[in-house]
Amino acid sequence: MDLKLDHYTEGDTEIVVVEGEIDVYTAPRLRELLIDLVNKGNFHLVVNMEKVEFLDSTGLGVLVGGLKRVRAHDGTLDLVCTQERILKIFRITGLTKVFGIHNTVQEAIDKRSSK
Amino acid sequence: MATITLTISALPAHVRTARLMAATVARRAGIAASAIDEIRLAVGEACSRAVAAHKVHCPTQPILLQLIDSSGPDTSSETGDGTAEKLLRANGITTRRFEVVVTDCAPAKGNEESAEPPAIDGLFLDGDDTPPGGISGFSPGLGLAVITGLADEVKIDPNDDGTVVRMSWPVLPDPSPEPGAN
Repeated sequence: MDLKLDHYTEGDTEIVVVEGEIDVYTAPRLRELLIDLVNKGNFHLVVNMEKVEFLDSTGLGVLVGGLKRVRAHDGTLDLVCTQERILKIFRITGLTKVFGIHNTVQEAIDKRSSK
Repeated sequence: MATITLTISALPAHVRTARLMAATVARRAGIAASAIDEIRLAVGEACSRAVAAHKVHCPTQPILLQLIDSSGPDTSSETGDGTAEKLLRANGITTRRFEVVVTDCAPAKGNEESAEPPAIDGLFLDGDDTPPGGISGFSPGLGLAVITGLADEVKIDPNDDGTVVRMSWPVLPDPSPEPGAN
């Protein structure tokens, strides 16, 4: 399956919904979306990865790039992911310490708001 | 020894084809369902790395993918289902391995491996510092780290005429035969 991207606003947070496969072919589209959102002043992002079927290091690189961009504006980039197959690659690369990974979009928003 | 060879043009779109084929062949070889995801991801990483290297050094040259099932050449007796037979063979021969070899033609000397910055900096290749001709967001060092974390055995041979990445997994029956049970 190809990559399907969507996004919507929830308070001061922009939720990015990713569906399908994030790899070397499709990741540039996610990268462009994240850059576009940041350029438009969205500095608090939540990427919902519940419907992601495949993620490789290229996708990780794009997410880290997004994190770097929002942090430049004192922003945040959190992830929503409960799929073990996807979480595994974050664990292998040690990125579980870099990203806030949550069970639901609401949990991601609540945790940031409570900080 | 059964081998399937796939040659792909050095284009990101073909990496998906390569990893889907690897997963299919691995499943047919009797690899445990829990390891199929690892193989799919590791093969994708190896091919992504090769595509990125070719894009810089030799974009018109193809990349070679070999899928080697050491279970033997016997495919003639397989039934439409074949599950029972695969399990029997897997139980009988414990040294069987499923090997994937990705061979590229990009000279290893002076390419991304040797010029790779420290791992954590490598993660930030997605920034505006993507090298000219490079693939946006792709970090070769991170890809190799993922391969090393996923494959049971890994051997990487960088040479002047290309790099050979060999990855292998033992062929073991799935401990829980129920589909979807992880």
